[in-house]
Amino acid sequence: MGFAKKDILDMESLSVDEINFILNTAEKMKEISERPVKKVPTLRGKTVVLFFHEPSTRTRTSFDIAAKRLSADCLSISKSSSSIIKGETLIDTARNLEAMNPDIIVMRHSLSGSSHLLARMVKTSIINAGDGMHAHPTQSLLDLMSVRENKGDISGLNIAIIGDIAHSRVARSNIIGFTKMGAHVMLAGPPTMMPKGVETLGASVTYNADDAVRNADVIMMLRIQKERQKSFLFSTEREYAKVYGLTKERLKNAVKDVLIMHPGPINRGVEIAPEVADGPYSIIMDQVTNGVAVRMALLYLLTGGTRNADTD
Amino acid sequence: MLTLIKGGRVIDPGNLDGIMDILIEDGKIVEVGGQRSEVGGRKSEVKVIDALGKIVTPGLIDMHVHFREPGHEYKETIETGCMSAAFGGFTAVCTMPNTIPANDNTQVTEYILKKAKLADTVRVYPVAAISPGLNGKGLCEYGELKEAGAIALSDDGNPVRNSRLMRRALEYAKGFGLPVISHCEDLDLVASGVMNEGAVATQMGLAGIPNAAESIMVMRDIALCELTSASLHIAHVSTAESVRAIREAKKRGISVTAETAPHYFSLTEEAVKEYNTNTKMNPPLRSEHDRKAVLEGLSDGTIDVIATDHAPHSSIEKEVEFDLAANGIIGLETSLPLGMKLVETGIISLTELIKKMSTNPARILGLDLGIKKGSPADITIIDPDISFKIDADSFQSLSRNTPFDGWDMKGKAVLTMVGGKVVYDQ
Repeated sequence: MGFAKKDILDMESLSVDEINFILNTAEKMKEISERPVKKVPTLRGKTVVLFFHEPSTRTRTSFDIAAKRLSADCLSISKSSSSIIKGETLIDTARNLEAMNPDIIVMRHSLSGSSHLLARMVKTSIINAGDGMHAHPTQSLLDLMSVRENKGDISGLNIAIIGDIAHSRVARSNIIGFTKMGAHVMLAGPPTMMPKGVETLGASVTYNADDAVRNADVIMMLRIQKERQKSFLFSTEREYAKVYGLTKERLKNAVKDVLIMHPGPINRGVEIAPEVADGPYSIIMDQVTNGVAVRMALLYLLTGGTRNADTD
Repeated sequence: MLTLIKGGRVIDPGNLDGIMDILIEDGKIVEVGGQRSEVGGRKSEVKVIDALGKIVTPGLIDMHVHFREPGHEYKETIETGCMSAAFGGFTAVCTMPNTIPANDNTQVTEYILKKAKLADTVRVYPVAAISPGLNGKGLCEYGELKEAGAIALSDDGNPVRNSRLMRRALEYAKGFGLPVISHCEDLDLVASGVMNEGAVATQMGLAGIPNAAESIMVMRDIALCELTSASLHIAHVSTAESVRAIREAKKRGISVTAETAPHYFSLTEEAVKEYNTNTKMNPPLRSEHDRKAVLEGLSDGTIDVIATDHAPHSSIEKEVEFDLAANGIIGLETSLPLGMKLVETGIISLTELIKKMSTNPARILGLDLGIKKGSPADITIIDPDISFKIDADSFQSLSRNTPFDGWDMKGKAVLTMVGGKVVYDQ
């Protein structure tokens, strides 16, 4: 099949076939990163702009490496180095970038809907690298890839997502992504962190972490941000770790080949105990590795690639 | 000079309903009655306005608009706002005090009235601030403001957080016979919210504003109204809980009145999808359940008034990230058609609609208007059958921030007359 999308903005707008196509392409891309010479000329002469309005290490580096492995010219713009701090609007900055004819703009922004706004305003392809609390489709795709790689099939699996669902774009994209691929998603966390009406996305909800852990084939922990204490979402990190953290004790109730995931950055000792993060069930580093592969696949597909990358 | 409005169905709720002619001389209504062909022996001097098939009503009053002068004249001036009102069928508007500087002193009130006089279109009744700078920390000089021309008091845009100040404001205003218009919002509950709290906000990843943020303040102000027996008007009601609270208060005889805006009975939170900033306002568009409750409130009389909360903003404030976009939409040129939809769908009668857009605002504001001998000739003529498409580009308003662009409507004002002068004629 061809890949006709202009933008990758969220998981809602991707079909099951498109998701499978992206994951299949990513698997082939992954092999490139394992070669001694980790570079193919596929995107030679293409320009990728990383437009990051919010601090990010993992995602920006991952896109940067992905672009470079495909020989694209890649440059990075952060909020502090852009004219945004001189008062230029997001749309004006984007239109100026567009005027320089890049092929793809990868955007990270702290406000929901920013990528959609950009995609409406410019003709350049947009990849949403995370917008506010809304969506993080490349994270969801790399999570799907990591689960598929380890479990063979996503359909029928029970996925537990535990933590601050309300503020998590990763949770939203994964609820949609995993549900779309036939898995069942159960959310766990304190009621203060459970957004109203989240069931409408297709997930079930519990306030009891043990219930979520007990039935899960995959447990995905979310980062707890300390500043949420100030908006009264939880009492103390100490109590959070005890009631909702993934400890060794709590993990004893899990099925024996459970997978532990975390989108990072992790708070050791808060939402996840160090020995669990580093333990035998953790695929947290696989997620990071697959992130590069998924992003290579998306850069390739959005610039019109249809051939298998490894034959170039 | 005589003007004769001929052959229209004259509706002045509670007083008149029938095919009548209205004779106007020197800006005043001099005769209302059955059809006539002659006007004494002065036929040649008479300007005849043919209103056959049309509805002739007392001039519509929008008791909640934001004209941005002084301060943000690029969004709307008093002149353009008045033109927008005239085109929408309004003969009078109440301008909210959150200008820059705020209308918290007589100089600003006088400035607004001077500009309105220069515009010479519709009547402008300035609403002055409850507290200096709308900061919720003290009382403005209500007596002086009233003398200068203020018609009511409000810190619209900002709720009065301090309950003691709100109590004293209601009491102090009562001494001058001024109604207090309350913007009901608990800012601690709103926090960083930008749209209605619920499934749509969750799906979009936007922070939600719960219904309780509004109704908690509505209930407080009703309690204070009961305590003070002052005249309280609740602005832009958007939730089912607020409607219920006001209904119960009225049943108990408390002197509270309320308004809602056309967007709260025409749209829901679903319209926010795609991050359209022309659906961002405060209070936010609510759920279908709330929209239905507002309709019920309109139909059983709990909600007395339809007011637009006309809030002009330019693309500078609206073509940005949703969280950063300014709150508010314009409404003067879409309000009557959206109201006519309520009549068409049987929610309220035409008479009720006119009551909510003219008679009730006049009563709340203490204005003696209406179609009767001796009254100023403030008259709106409505064509109930005219079909048209809303076209924001053709608006008189300086701003274009409406979610109703392109909507197919039926029924609109075709002529607006203020003090006998035609200020809009289609």
